[in-house]
Amino acid sequence: MSLAVQHLWLIPALPLVAAAIGAVVPRRARAVAAGAAIAAIASSFVLSCLALSGALANPAAHLAFNFDWFCVGEGALRLGWLLDPLTAFMCVMVSFVSTLIFIFSLGYMREDENFKQFFCFLSLFAAAMLGIIVSNSLLLLFISWELVGLASYLLIGFWFTKPSAAAAAKKAFITTRIGDLGFFLGILWLNNAAGSLLFYDGGHGVLEAATLGTLSAQVTLGGLAVSTAIGLLVFCGAIGKSGQFPLHVWLPDAMEGPTPVSALIHAATMVAAGVFLIARVYPLMAADQALAHAPFHALTAVAFIGAITALLGALIAVAQNDIKRVLAFSTVSQLGYMMIALGVGSWVAAIFHLLTHAFFKALLFLGAGSVIHASHHEQDMRRLGGLSGPMRITFATFAIGMMALSGVPFVFSGYWSKEAILHAAYEWNVSALPLIMALAAVVLTAFYMTRLVAEVFLGKPRSAAAQHAHESPGVMTVPLILLAACSILIGFLGTPAWPWLESALTGTPVEAHSLLEGASLIVLSVLLVCTGIGAGWALYARRPRETAEAIDPVEAAFPRAFAFAAARMKFDELYAATVGRLNTAFASLAAWMDRRVWGGVIDLVARFGEMAGRFNKETDDEGLNTGFNAASEELRTVGKFYSRAQTGEAHGYLRILALGFVVLAILAIMGGGR
Amino acid sequence: MTTALLLLICLVTLGSAATAMLLRNLIHSVLLLIGSWIGVAIFYLSCGAEFVAFAQLLVYVGAVSMVVLFAVLLTRRSRTDVTVSADTVSRAWSAVMAGGAVLAVLLYGALMTTLPAASAHGPAAPVKQLGAELMGIHAASLLVIGMILTVATLGSVVIASEEPSGKKEDAP
Amino acid sequence: MISSPLQLCLVFSSLLFCIGLAGALSRSNSILVLLGIELMLNAANLNFIAFWRFGPAPSPATGVIFVTFSVAVAAAEAAVGLALVIAVYRRQRNIRLQEAVRLKG
Repeated sequence: MSLAVQHLWLIPALPLVAAAIGAVVPRRARAVAAGAAIAAIASSFVLSCLALSGALANPAAHLAFNFDWFCVGEGALRLGWLLDPLTAFMCVMVSFVSTLIFIFSLGYMREDENFKQFFCFLSLFAAAMLGIIVSNSLLLLFISWELVGLASYLLIGFWFTKPSAAAAAKKAFITTRIGDLGFFLGILWLNNAAGSLLFYDGGHGVLEAATLGTLSAQVTLGGLAVSTAIGLLVFCGAIGKSGQFPLHVWLPDAMEGPTPVSALIHAATMVAAGVFLIARVYPLMAADQALAHAPFHALTAVAFIGAITALLGALIAVAQNDIKRVLAFSTVSQLGYMMIALGVGSWVAAIFHLLTHAFFKALLFLGAGSVIHASHHEQDMRRLGGLSGPMRITFATFAIGMMALSGVPFVFSGYWSKEAILHAAYEWNVSALPLIMALAAVVLTAFYMTRLVAEVFLGKPRSAAAQHAHESPGVMTVPLILLAACSILIGFLGTPAWPWLESALTGTPVEAHSLLEGASLIVLSVLLVCTGIGAGWALYARRPRETAEAIDPVEAAFPRAFAFAAARMKFDELYAATVGRLNTAFASLAAWMDRRVWGGVIDLVARFGEMAGRFNKETDDEGLNTGFNAASEELRTVGKFYSRAQTGEAHGYLRILALGFVVLAILAIMGGGR
Repeated sequence: MTTALLLLICLVTLGSAATAMLLRNLIHSVLLLIGSWIGVAIFYLSCGAEFVAFAQLLVYVGAVSMVVLFAVLLTRRSRTDVTVSADTVSRAWSAVMAGGAVLAVLLYGALMTTLPAASAHGPAAPVKQLGAELMGIHAASLLVIGMILTVATLGSVVIASEEPSGKKEDAP
Repeated sequence: MISSPLQLCLVFSSLLFCIGLAGALSRSNSILVLLGIELMLNAANLNFIAFWRFGPAPSPATGVIFVTFSVAVAAAEAAVGLALVIAVYRRQRNIRLQEAVRLKG
């Protein structure tokens, strides 16, 4: 067991090595880069399965391996990795989905000239994502978190020559950065309050009872418990990364990246990192539940934000025309569901939905990728149609994904995980609002997914691209089939009749509920699903769209609301007008200060230097040089004067000699000589 | 020697010297100077310094005068050009003044100091003793003097010789 | 006034010296200047012999030897001087001392 924990680092390390290989090989070595990436991620999958088997042997234990990273004075920064069922399930899911998407990319990106870079970045992303999952230290998690953000930036802006792609990458990075700021503040506060950032450390870890007791006992401003405050700050990071309201604006724009990227990062894994983070630090978030007089509970905020996001995403998705944008807002909405689950107290339901969502959302995105590839990058669904004929496998698997997402009962995994969430929301005694909003979103989800399938696959082809579409090659359809199978089968891990996943994750045995428990809610949700699918069928499948320009039935009925939703509820414009303008104002102020104030100071110093130099020069010129010159001239004049004695006449010299002798003699006589 | 004899020698020597300095004919000056040198030699004899007297005669009267005469002959432009041009009066007066001043000082020194009493017979300086001392105590000085004379001879030959591209001397 | 023969000799040599000096200073012919200088040297030699003869008893031969050397040096000097005169004559075609002022500074 300890062997598994000690070598857990291999799971993120292997893709990192593949990324390094992909970085250094030349551009032509496509096979080497892709081969290394796929081999690495497949090996990580195998290791993850081994780790899972190890973790399931003792589900309640959190096995950690910690070490000192570097020593700072007395203390040291410690890092470590953790093996528990949550880690193991996530690793398996991430590595499996990544492997399939890597294989899909072999076909999708074949014509792209930056093929090698793509696999390098994909491997980097996989390594960082797995790093988030296995880490036992909030610091190591944050490091991997930032690396994931970097990989996302590189991959969204992969076609960087397109201005919209470059702008989207920048927007994603900056928006998640805003969330990461709160996250980092939370880390700093936690380190200061608890003295450590390790999750499980033999009783001293941050998620263990002793520290949590201290943290929830301390009170900060507004009567808020310290654990609540830290939890809310950490949740900021999750808001950014998982595209929750109000930081959801980057996710739709991130669809500028290639479709495999959208599938891997913005559906299955990276956006789920926020959910995973909250699930990981759940003991911290829930520490204030036991307090009697806490003014505010962290999980309440989580629940409400999740609820708002779920409804918001669904509403906007109804009015979108680009396949990938529909799926993007669908992702936003489903992440909201996961946050609802976390907020109302059932992290197990959240993780269950995360796992199932990963599979069917990846499936939907890859299916969309297949469609886009076949129709030569035509993404507007008004211009597609009738693809069910030529693209049978894609249509079948896409339909399975759609039904899983909509929550078609009993067969598909999406139904079971969504039911778990609705039940947990039902049993929440703080407010019924999340439940109501979630139920509304159920209808909308079913509706817009039906709309999507109908417009893309049914009816007649509405453009040349759609007419000439053909099925994608095997390297792209085989992953679709595998994911479709998983979308069905995974669901059975968490049915109330056999709550295997719950007991595996928590480590406590959970007894099976009967299928009829909470029957009213089951009936209600099934009814809602049928309503949604029915409405969609009626509007879009029975009378399919004739031409690309024909008006959408919903748009015809509610033109202003439809336009508002189509414009993504104008969030981007709102942010540009407020935060954007504030930022520009600050930047102008800073620029002015730099130019005038600091520049003025430096200018002044330079002037002083110049003056000193000039003074020096003048002194040297006037004082020294002139002085010397004058002295030298004087010397010369004196010399000239004295050289007049050199007459050259011998007589003169002799005369002077004689007279000089006389003078000397007189002096000698007068001085007392004899 | 009696004072009268001394006085006579003095007068003769001084007279011929003064005249030599005043004449305008160069050869006459030289000849008169020879006379004064002979007077000095007689003085030496009267003092009992025979060796010096003969040395004086040999060197001055015999050699130096010849050299001077040769120089005179070699530095004239024509056969009759042995008279020197007149010097200015101011030069003469300044010379007399300078000479007079020096004379005054020297006479003061000579007359005002108390001189020791003279012995009756002067010291004897036999030539043999002179020779022994020259080769003995003063041998080094003798060598130096020899060197000086050699160098002077050579030097004067070099200085007075014609330049390689030099002009020929005027034909006499 | 002249109390001893020594004094007489000293006066004699002083007069000879000054005659030589005055002659050297006043004449412009280089040869005559050299002759004046010879007179001055002779006067000095006279002084030596006077003191040798009439002065207090010195060592027997010092004065004589000194004067011998002096005569030799004077002869050498006369030779060199006259060679110079010839050289100067070659350059300026006469032997006026006032014209030989090329070392004027």
